[in-house]
Amino acid sequence: MTTEVGSETEVKEKAEESADQPDQSEKATEETQEVASAEGEEKGKEKEGKGISKFLPTWLKKQKSLSQTSPTKEAALKEEAISVEKQEEEGPAPEVNGLADEVPEKEAVKSEQLKEKEEKPHSKASTDTEPAKEEKVDESVEKSPEETKETTEGQGVEEEKKEQEGEVQGEGEGGGGGEEGQTSIFQSPLRLVRKTKMKLVVCHVTLLDGTDFSCEVEKRAKGQFLFFKVCDHLNLLEKDYFGLTYKDNHEQTSCLDPMKEIKRQIRSNNWQFAFNVKFYPPDPSLLSEDITRYLLCLQLREDVASGRLPCSFVTHALLGSYTLQAEFGDYEPDQPRPVDFMSQLNFAPSQNKEMEEKILELHKSHRGMTPAQADAQFLENAKKLSMYGVDLHHAKDSEGVDIMLGVCANGLLVYKDRLRINRFAWPKILKISYKRNNFYIKIRPGETEQFESTVGFKLQNHRSAKRLWKVCVENHSFFRLNTPEPPTKPRFLTLGSKFRYSGRTQAQTRTASSLIDRPAPRFERTSSKRISRSLDGAPMISITEAGRDSAENGREHRLDDSKVKTVDVSPGDVEDTSAQSPLRVHVDNIYVRHSNLMLEDHDKTQDEVLKHQASISQLKRSFMEAPPPSPPQTNQWEKRLTSSPATAVRVQQQQVVSEPHAEAAAAAAAAADFTISDTKESAKTAEVEIEETVVIQEVSKATKPALITVTTDSPASAPTDQETREPEVTVQEEVAVPKDAKAAKQESVSSESESEEEAEYHPNVSVSLSHTQIPEEKEEEDKENEDETAEQNMLAPDVSSHQAETSHPAEDISGGVVESQKEDMKKNAENEKEGRETEDSTDDLMMTPEETPNGVALSEEAVAAHVEEEPEPRINGEPRPQVICYSEPPVVKTEMVTISDTFAAQKTEIATKEVPIVHTETKTITYEAAQLDGTGDGEPGVLMTAQTITSESLCTTTTTHITKTLKGGLSETRIEKRIVITGDCDIDHDKALAQAIKEAKEQHPDMSVTRVVVHKETELAEEEED
Amino acid sequence: MAALMAGFGLYTHAIVRRIPASLAKEALRTSEAEVDVDKARGEHDAYVEVLRTRLGLDVVDLPADESFPDCVFVEDAAVVCGDTALITRPGAESRRGETEAMKRALKALNLNVVEMTDENATLDGGDVLFTGREFFVGLSSRTNQRGAEILADAFKDYAVSTVPVLASLHLKSFCSMGGPGLIVIGSSEPAQKALKIMQQMSDHCYDKLTVPDDFAANCIYMNLPDKGHVLLHCTAEQYPESFKVFEKLKDYTLIPVSNMEKVKVDGALTCCSILINKKGSI
Repeated sequence: MTTEVGSETEVKEKAEESADQPDQSEKATEETQEVASAEGEEKGKEKEGKGISKFLPTWLKKQKSLSQTSPTKEAALKEEAISVEKQEEEGPAPEVNGLADEVPEKEAVKSEQLKEKEEKPHSKASTDTEPAKEEKVDESVEKSPEETKETTEGQGVEEEKKEQEGEVQGEGEGGGGGEEGQTSIFQSPLRLVRKTKMKLVVCHVTLLDGTDFSCEVEKRAKGQFLFFKVCDHLNLLEKDYFGLTYKDNHEQTSCLDPMKEIKRQIRSNNWQFAFNVKFYPPDPSLLSEDITRYLLCLQLREDVASGRLPCSFVTHALLGSYTLQAEFGDYEPDQPRPVDFMSQLNFAPSQNKEMEEKILELHKSHRGMTPAQADAQFLENAKKLSMYGVDLHHAKDSEGVDIMLGVCANGLLVYKDRLRINRFAWPKILKISYKRNNFYIKIRPGETEQFESTVGFKLQNHRSAKRLWKVCVENHSFFRLNTPEPPTKPRFLTLGSKFRYSGRTQAQTRTASSLIDRPAPRFERTSSKRISRSLDGAPMISITEAGRDSAENGREHRLDDSKVKTVDVSPGDVEDTSAQSPLRVHVDNIYVRHSNLMLEDHDKTQDEVLKHQASISQLKRSFMEAPPPSPPQTNQWEKRLTSSPATAVRVQQQQVVSEPHAEAAAAAAAAADFTISDTKESAKTAEVEIEETVVIQEVSKATKPALITVTTDSPASAPTDQETREPEVTVQEEVAVPKDAKAAKQESVSSESESEEEAEYHPNVSVSLSHTQIPEEKEEEDKENEDETAEQNMLAPDVSSHQAETSHPAEDISGGVVESQKEDMKKNAENEKEGRETEDSTDDLMMTPEETPNGVALSEEAVAAHVEEEPEPRINGEPRPQVICYSEPPVVKTEMVTISDTFAAQKTEIATKEVPIVHTETKTITYEAAQLDGTGDGEPGVLMTAQTITSESLCTTTTTHITKTLKGGLSETRIEKRIVITGDCDIDHDKALAQAIKEAKEQHPDMSVTRVVVHKETELAEEEED
Repeated sequence: MAALMAGFGLYTHAIVRRIPASLAKEALRTSEAEVDVDKARGEHDAYVEVLRTRLGLDVVDLPADESFPDCVFVEDAAVVCGDTALITRPGAESRRGETEAMKRALKALNLNVVEMTDENATLDGGDVLFTGREFFVGLSSRTNQRGAEILADAFKDYAVSTVPVLASLHLKSFCSMGGPGLIVIGSSEPAQKALKIMQQMSDHCYDKLTVPDDFAANCIYMNLPDKGHVLLHCTAEQYPESFKVFEKLKDYTLIPVSNMEKVKVDGALTCCSILINKKGSI
């Protein structure tokens, strides 16, 4: 219970903070701590807010538990859950406007405060040092080593901070508690600013009527703060359709992320923004207020005049006539306008005398129409235009042909030139992902089709791919989701990056709008200003498109920074850094899966199996065929193919090895597994790619999206981290390292989990790899990757840092390992770490027991990475229902845990079954279902079950490997089930094993158990660590 | 009012063209059938008479041109939507000249005429299905991508989606609109497949009316003042099974129109006229 809450909170924070890399990580840690403390003390999310003030020495353990728990819970929806929670918090707010707004602000404030506090501790100073703090932050971002130190310090200081924070929060809460007005919210930040003497910056916002609105905001204010100020200025209540945009360094318009600091998004010192429509309501007549419609009209007039919204001559004339009616009232022949009156107004890109005459002619027919009516008529006609609300992105299809991808309320449209050549409605899309500059959508099979298909597009660069992906996520969330119900929500979008749509959905905003109870606000129609300006060529207005694109850049940048920070940090303080790094890595990929996949595997009939195989082969083909993306995909594919067998081998090895060096071996094995997988990936991919996948649950049959816990193993030792941090390190090195590690360790515990994960999550794996690789890529490519990593890091950092602080070197090590390219280092570190980790994990596990009941097992834990992994998983898993696994290349611990909700029942069963054995103690049950189908990617179906029972000093891991090989298909279908039981010596291994096998047989009567590995580990942590 | 996409099926004018004697021997056809020009002319006269007398449309009757054997199929020469008319560039070289007379007629009606001048573009009006909300353009032996692009450019208000047409001459050889949001579709596999594609490509939901015979799916829907829903469709003599399907439509004025001869040269009901709405135009 508590744990759950904690996890959620963390998630939320993460999500929110994602924008701020460094801050976020710190926050996250703090939050986690808080949460942990909160858990100890109480449950409540409510406490979260206050929770800041709390700190617990035990947080490490708690955190772990939290992470575990979170996955366990159905919620498991990690990010989604988080978002949901946020929404809930907001949503509950009775006030139409407000609560939501207030809440975010509060949070923002908190975060800011936290940041400040954190910073303060670093400086050992107090508020006075604020400027210094900021600088530090920046530096930290840039300079990793320092950051590391800072972070560590930060953690240490956190307690102090917490106290401070408590105060701050108290304020925030007070404001929040009041929730009476936005003002209060606004004030709180301002107050803080004043207290801290924060710098104020003047923001210039170009409004839709072409006027500028300037206001002062604290330098660290989040986008939301400014946005609300603008909305206040406009007297706009239905603000969810709107957003702020800015020009990024690439001269591309990006959405200002409300949840991130403005400063971190704009990059340049250009505090220039534009207020635009972000989501075009499909039916503007459903808007509650005329002022909202008016603003939408202003946007559309600009869209039409600029040619962004193409329409025919007649439509141009018609729309123009409504504009005239709305702005100037009835046509008055007695008061002839100046000759050039019409030509001064900009109605169309190719405006001519003929059109102007037509406009005037039509204008005459509107006599008596009020401005509001004219606006409504304008919108009624504009909404029917085929390109209304369609956000276009340049792309190439699999054959390299230039196309345009249009994102709209109904789905994704594919255009070639002006022709629509394909359309994918949201319900048809199972998953949205991007990898590097490739953008993928997985399509639900049609009535007559047997297999899911994945369609890939090539974007100009990674940045545009991510932008497109975000836009898709946002649009899908906004238009397709109803209510942000917390746990079960079948939200379609799971974002790999932390990114998720943080606002209200259209359904919510409509509900809120229906509650608006105020006299229609008076507003002045000043569109003419804009029109004339547009003639002048005011560029600002064009923002609309950019807005749609959303602020990917900002986030990315931020992420990048954070990543960078982590990297830097690691060198300085190996432990700390490493810890953070792993976390980061984990976050990258999130796959939301349909639990169905797992079930399918289990229950598959022959036909289904064949289907699977077919789909696999199809995937293969698609991968092979896909020109640009092929490399990565191929890699993944290969991985899958390869991985499973390899894994098996590894497992065997593990058995042999494990006993000798119980803990070390196990840890090593786990590490090895991860490493191996990573290596493969890296080798294949060569480049690290970050994939973000959005799985749309709507379609899913599964009731709940399976909770997928993403476990990232960042086994790498601190040293590794340092290495990794060297961004430039080539992938090859990394790859090599992992291999070496494998060989050397030989324990090669082949993490079955990995294999499983690989199959389903492969993309995730790739992601994890990306982490490792990310540094390189970052330098090479864009910061985006880094951002992503950063995001992950953000999540992870907390956990890791906690662990590290807690004196769980293992985690840190692990993290380092992942990053570290050096195998040797890794190996040693891993071993040490593992031992340590195990201990840690045990602790965590202890914490987790509660979670276990939930039945959600974290595959990660199961994987052997147990302890180390757990922390990460927690981070990752918390928010997102579906688990995304990140495998970090070198990292020993990489795991992906996938839990499908659909199978909740099964899970529970499993959990129960297994539980008995372990139950008493902290158990972590990880249930991974390879998403065979879902991913379509490759691996047929792999089902993994892993239980990790960890006691303080001992870890017992039981692994059951079920492999099924089917002939006749193009591909081999292997179903692996892994059960890892980690626990105290007390655990009856035989019993546990017997039960596991029994279960396995029950579940897969047609399959045979090929491997059973019992792993007994003794904590080695004491040995090496520190 | 000039509301966008209002009044689907409302027409005031029709453009038709007489059948040249050369139709019998020289008209393009996918089958080897012998065409009786007199019979064909009889059918066509009856068809025009329905438009003019029974439905009260202003019919512009263009004279036949012996040098264009297919000129009776005016639909292919132009696409009219609202008050914009796109003069096509027919995919069959021998038919390119048909557009001249059409262009003059359309200009005479004061329509906003757009010409397709791109020599790489081909478009037959028979490949263009306008649903009232959007266009579907069949990519066939007569119509190519470029032609569809130009059409999309001419009618910017509407989405234009392409549909591969492989098994028949035109997109409308197996489908047409039977009412607002109602697509009449043949039951052949290619027809059903094309329908699936159209449904997938559209943001709108369409009902479908499946008729056993592909060619019977080509009918003419109008929504005329005082007459309501009007449907010109095949006769019981020609397609008895499909006729039964049409007979089940309620609240429709059903007008069976014989098309026994023109079908031999791939002429469907929609092929023989261009329907225009001048009242609603701005």
